[in-house]
Amino acid sequence: MTRLELRDVRKSFGALEVLAGVSLDVGAGEFVSILGPSGAGKSTLFQLLTGAIRGEGEMRFDGAPLDGARFAFMPQRDALMPWRRVIDNATLGLEVQGMKRRAARERVAPLFAEFGLAGFERAWPAELSGGMRQRAALLRTVVQQRDMLLLDEPFGALDALTRAAMQRWLEGMWRSHRWTALLITHDVREAVLLSDRIYVLSARPARVMREVAVPLPRPRTESAALAREAAAIEAGILDTLLGQPTPINDHPMENRND
Amino acid sequence: MAVSFEPQRGAMGQVSQAGVPSRPPLACRPSPPLGGRSALTSAFAKFFPAALAFALLLLAWELYARLGGIAPTVLPAPSRVLAQAWENRTALAENTLPTIRATLAGFACSLIAAFVLSALVDFLAPLRRALFPLLIASQTLPLVAIAPLVVLWFGFGLLPKILLVALVTFFPMMVALVEGYAATSAEISQMLAAMGAGRWRIFWLARLPSALPYFFAGLRISITYAVVGAIFAEYAGAAKGLGIYMLSAKNNFRPDLVLAAVAVSSALTLALFGLAVLVQRFAMPWERAGRDRKVEPSGRRP
Repeated sequence: MTRLELRDVRKSFGALEVLAGVSLDVGAGEFVSILGPSGAGKSTLFQLLTGAIRGEGEMRFDGAPLDGARFAFMPQRDALMPWRRVIDNATLGLEVQGMKRRAARERVAPLFAEFGLAGFERAWPAELSGGMRQRAALLRTVVQQRDMLLLDEPFGALDALTRAAMQRWLEGMWRSHRWTALLITHDVREAVLLSDRIYVLSARPARVMREVAVPLPRPRTESAALAREAAAIEAGILDTLLGQPTPINDHPMENRND
Repeated sequence: MAVSFEPQRGAMGQVSQAGVPSRPPLACRPSPPLGGRSALTSAFAKFFPAALAFALLLLAWELYARLGGIAPTVLPAPSRVLAQAWENRTALAENTLPTIRATLAGFACSLIAAFVLSALVDFLAPLRRALFPLLIASQTLPLVAIAPLVVLWFGFGLLPKILLVALVTFFPMMVALVEGYAATSAEISQMLAAMGAGRWRIFWLARLPSALPYFFAGLRISITYAVVGAIFAEYAGAAKGLGIYMLSAKNNFRPDLVLAAVAVSSALTLALFGLAVLVQRFAMPWERAGRDRKVEPSGRRP
């Protein structure tokens, strides 16, 4: 069942055309990624979805025109408020929705263990490591109980090792919760690891160059065979992004830097 | 789809295991003892150079005044200033209280005005463009010329002092707050907007707390101006106060009493400064937390 539906969405800032007609669908319980080069307008797309800016084209949710409060948004950096304890950061969305702080804390507290944050409820964000901060940010995002998660390069600011660990962790979390999610990233491996489908965007002005289904079984980090298949999909996407035909020899890596 | 949370096993369970800290979190651990030995030694190491320099300065002054054959009506030795201050302690105290009152009243008015106006300006950009040139112009007024005029217009009571203290402290506070609001992270604002928070909600939840470090920086600066502003106002005309006390001591050729009053006003300023630092500590406990080492649960990541 299709939940989010974008048809020919366009956006220009003055003479600068950022989105040149983007169409995409996200089904219920589906994890979809938008993959594109830096500055392609991926974040502009999210701003359109959250209603921060207005553009042209059709945006529908469950068949009706998009009315705003559908998404729980996780920004690029964790955007934790340094002046709120971790638990009060996690309850932020509920408080904005009008829930009393005490009730919101009671709702959020049992989830800390699952997010690997048990014992850190009363800590300040500055006391957490980068990975813990991202998990706290994701916790703050999912407790809002919105229809769909919007994840804007959530691990972009992390070091490579922490990012890899967080990607695996998120895949595990998604398998148990089956959130409907739209992820923005420029990390091909991250997109292939996490997504059911990937929309590959061109450089600005952005349009959908390719739609890639990732039919691999989950979890995707278990076997060498799966890793090989994933690598083949990654290579294909990279070729689309970098504008090269798929190399026909056995060592595609050697052609990467041409 | 509603997001639900049934605890599940599997790969996810293993991951959340890895995230569970194996030692108690910072918040539960006893914080390093503030009055402990290491704190004392470090405080001593921090303040010792300044104290030594100050003591040496006083000593040089004392020796110069005693051995240089300078009349005490020109340059009294620190010991004489101290002795005279003690002898005139009642008069000093009587004149210090009105200064404290004027300083605090003026500063409180200035803070309230700065808060209200900065919030207004934050919501109404045109107001900011209208007000800021005026405010900057207000900072170009020479206090020496303005103080007697304000006394002329408003008399010898508390009001002209409040006005003058506010004049010198309002601008730094206003600028600090407005800059602080502007320093709010764009991502936090965007996230709050996506959560459905309105303008006022975002101001209260994000812009105001973001401005706190700027507010306290401005507070520490302007509180030192406040005492000087009050003394200036009293100097221009008052029944009682450190300013008028200094003036009459000077006219009676008593530089020792002038210096005694100066010492009192310095102590007052330092005390207010310390108070501001203390309030900041209580108001922003996360600031200290950020300076502690980060928590890495038993070396495992993330």
